[in-house]
Amino acid sequence: MHSFHSMLNYFPEEVLEHIFDFLTSHRDRNAVSLVCKSWYAVERFSREKVFVGNCYAISPERLIARFPRVRSLTLKGKPHFADFNLVPNDWGGYVQPWIESIVRGRVNLEELRLKRMLVSDESLELLATFFPNFKSLVLVSCEGFTTDGLAAIASNCRFLRELDLQENEVEDRRGQWLSCFPDSCTSLVSLNFTCLKGEVNLASLERLVARCRNLRSLRVNNAVPLDALQRILAQAPQLVDLGTGSFVHDPDTESYNKLETSMQKCTSITSLSGFLDVSARCLPAVYPICGQLTSLNLSYAPGIYSDELVKLICYCNRLERLLVLDTIGDKGLGVVASSCKELQELRVFLSDVYGIGNTAVTEEGLVAISAGCPKLNSILYFCQQMTNEALIMVAKNCPNFIRFRLCTLNPTVPDAITMQPLDEGFGAIVKSCKDLKRLSISGLLTDQVFLYIGRYAKQLEMLSIAFAGDSDKGMLSVLNGCKKLKKLEIRDCPFGNVALLADMGKYETMRSLWMSSCEVTFGACKTLAQKMPRLNVEIINENDQIEASVDDKQKVEKMYLYRTLVGPRKDAPGFVWTL
Amino acid sequence: MAKDGLGLEIELTLALPGGGGSEASGSMEKKEKKRVFSEFSGEETNTAKKNKMVGWPPVCSYRRKNSFSEEEGTKMYVKVSMDGAPFLRKIDLSPLEGYSSLLMSLEKLFCCYIGEGESSEYVPIYEDKDGDWMLVGDVPWKMFSGSCKRLRIMKSLDAKGIGLHAKDLLEGISIEA
Repeated sequence: MHSFHSMLNYFPEEVLEHIFDFLTSHRDRNAVSLVCKSWYAVERFSREKVFVGNCYAISPERLIARFPRVRSLTLKGKPHFADFNLVPNDWGGYVQPWIESIVRGRVNLEELRLKRMLVSDESLELLATFFPNFKSLVLVSCEGFTTDGLAAIASNCRFLRELDLQENEVEDRRGQWLSCFPDSCTSLVSLNFTCLKGEVNLASLERLVARCRNLRSLRVNNAVPLDALQRILAQAPQLVDLGTGSFVHDPDTESYNKLETSMQKCTSITSLSGFLDVSARCLPAVYPICGQLTSLNLSYAPGIYSDELVKLICYCNRLERLLVLDTIGDKGLGVVASSCKELQELRVFLSDVYGIGNTAVTEEGLVAISAGCPKLNSILYFCQQMTNEALIMVAKNCPNFIRFRLCTLNPTVPDAITMQPLDEGFGAIVKSCKDLKRLSISGLLTDQVFLYIGRYAKQLEMLSIAFAGDSDKGMLSVLNGCKKLKKLEIRDCPFGNVALLADMGKYETMRSLWMSSCEVTFGACKTLAQKMPRLNVEIINENDQIEASVDDKQKVEKMYLYRTLVGPRKDAPGFVWTL
Repeated sequence: MAKDGLGLEIELTLALPGGGGSEASGSMEKKEKKRVFSEFSGEETNTAKKNKMVGWPPVCSYRRKNSFSEEEGTKMYVKVSMDGAPFLRKIDLSPLEGYSSLLMSLEKLFCCYIGEGESSEYVPIYEDKDGDWMLVGDVPWKMFSGSCKRLRIMKSLDAKGIGLHAKDLLEGISIEA
């Protein structure tokens, strides 16, 4: 053994670096950097991609100091529950300081991926100005910028390969941002502007597509009509991923016929999405490519009835990923189960987002899918009701779940047949699915379900809980049992100080903990913050002024704690109090 | 109903009667501690209403804003037929606030009296998204207006033939969203 180690130490650094090049995952790279000092040094100079799961866990300066050659940076800002309006918009997550540091540090940034961050036009302009080699910008669930910022990127990033905007809130400034791509820009491989509300210059778009011969992925917005789509497809039959815009047209026209022809020529399309506005009579235009699709997203398509959805999906025999609305119904899911044998991921979203109606899917649809699709490993399912029997069957049929997210419309609904809690059902899921990494539970649930989770969900990294449990025992079972837990988010559960303080060191092994409308008090949070200096314990208090002397016994409305190497953040707004 | 320290009223869930929670855990107190999903009634306090709405169901805000069920400012014209009338009319559901406004508008359109009570000659029914004919008034207004494809003002006599009584039917109509 000793001689082996000595041999490795005699390897010149270039060889080590070359070996490390084969390590693509962050975890592997993190692991090798811990082996010894020389490996740490070689690794840090050769690391090009850095992933920061919580932008407040580290400062940009320290990151650049350790990884001076970073080219690709991924940053995540707000906690997940911000998606559901539980976190005020100006809580934080600004990218500006990061970009400023990167500029100062003379880093050769080529790729930036942001999720739930606040991005300003100024940030985008800085990016466009100081990074001539900038190649890829991916913004997911971000806000704070306008189409002016996009115009800066389009104008200045001469080698831009990817501009991918997913589900962002972008203010439209009607400035024709798309026309800002210069005629010399031919490098685009991926362009996604589905989430933009405004008009784009269609002629500019068509010319852009025509000159970017490497374009593989194009997702347009609702302002791009069907006839424009046809002209685009005619220029880009090499597309692999297509997001349509408005899919409404009179099918008895020349341009619709042309669309059918152009669509048929797109033999490389394997991923289809869009249909932000759709008339069912136009759907047959995509039938010719259904057989080649591996990914289909109809979850934004309004008003397509189950029968029409099914007519499309039954041609999609190679489908691996399907996103639909619950209008598909249990019957429709039955057709999916018999047609899509390769299905790995299914997401069934609510069509009635206020949740006051009935969904058309129940436990029957879920069971049908599990029975028909043995490769299923990821599910997000909004439904009206659930039963333990169904969940137990699903667990038996599909032991390969990596992600299992169930949401019942009524968050505390019991088993629809037995009226019992759904503990046994979810227990079966965690027991059977040994590789389960992400779990969201819903329905009437007692401490028992958490006992099961703690006992069996050994690979679990993220757990979302709402309106569940009876006592601190529930939360304790999870904290003690789930050794790989990274993110825990809890709302409206009777978990309190005993659970919070039982194992304070645990939180340094996790990325973050969110607790809202639970039983934890100010006093307990203060204790935790005091004992654990490497945690930021934030109290979010929108309604009342944060007083210096708050009653320790008072319950905390929203608490978000996360591990950090850089102490309390300096950009916290007035309603956020870091203890 | 218990009031906790933050002044919120804990109300009953939408769970089916006899829902196993209390029995399983053996104590009412736990139920009071939990913030439960409050029922859709007009008697809620403002904070309870606010709590009910925030973040549930967990649909991300981008989807909420882009959901087609948010039809602010769009018109929702549906055909209305009345038994015995020689031609149909069209009515815009979007400006109406509830079932009483609907009844009043229909009465104005056809110069008839639909009204409530056993003396009523007519019963309003509607065709929903699935193509089924439903009695007007069972579901919350917003859900109705989102799924109503057409309306029919049916003669009560025909309705009675299926064993329904006008009084019972129209009692439902007085409960509005």
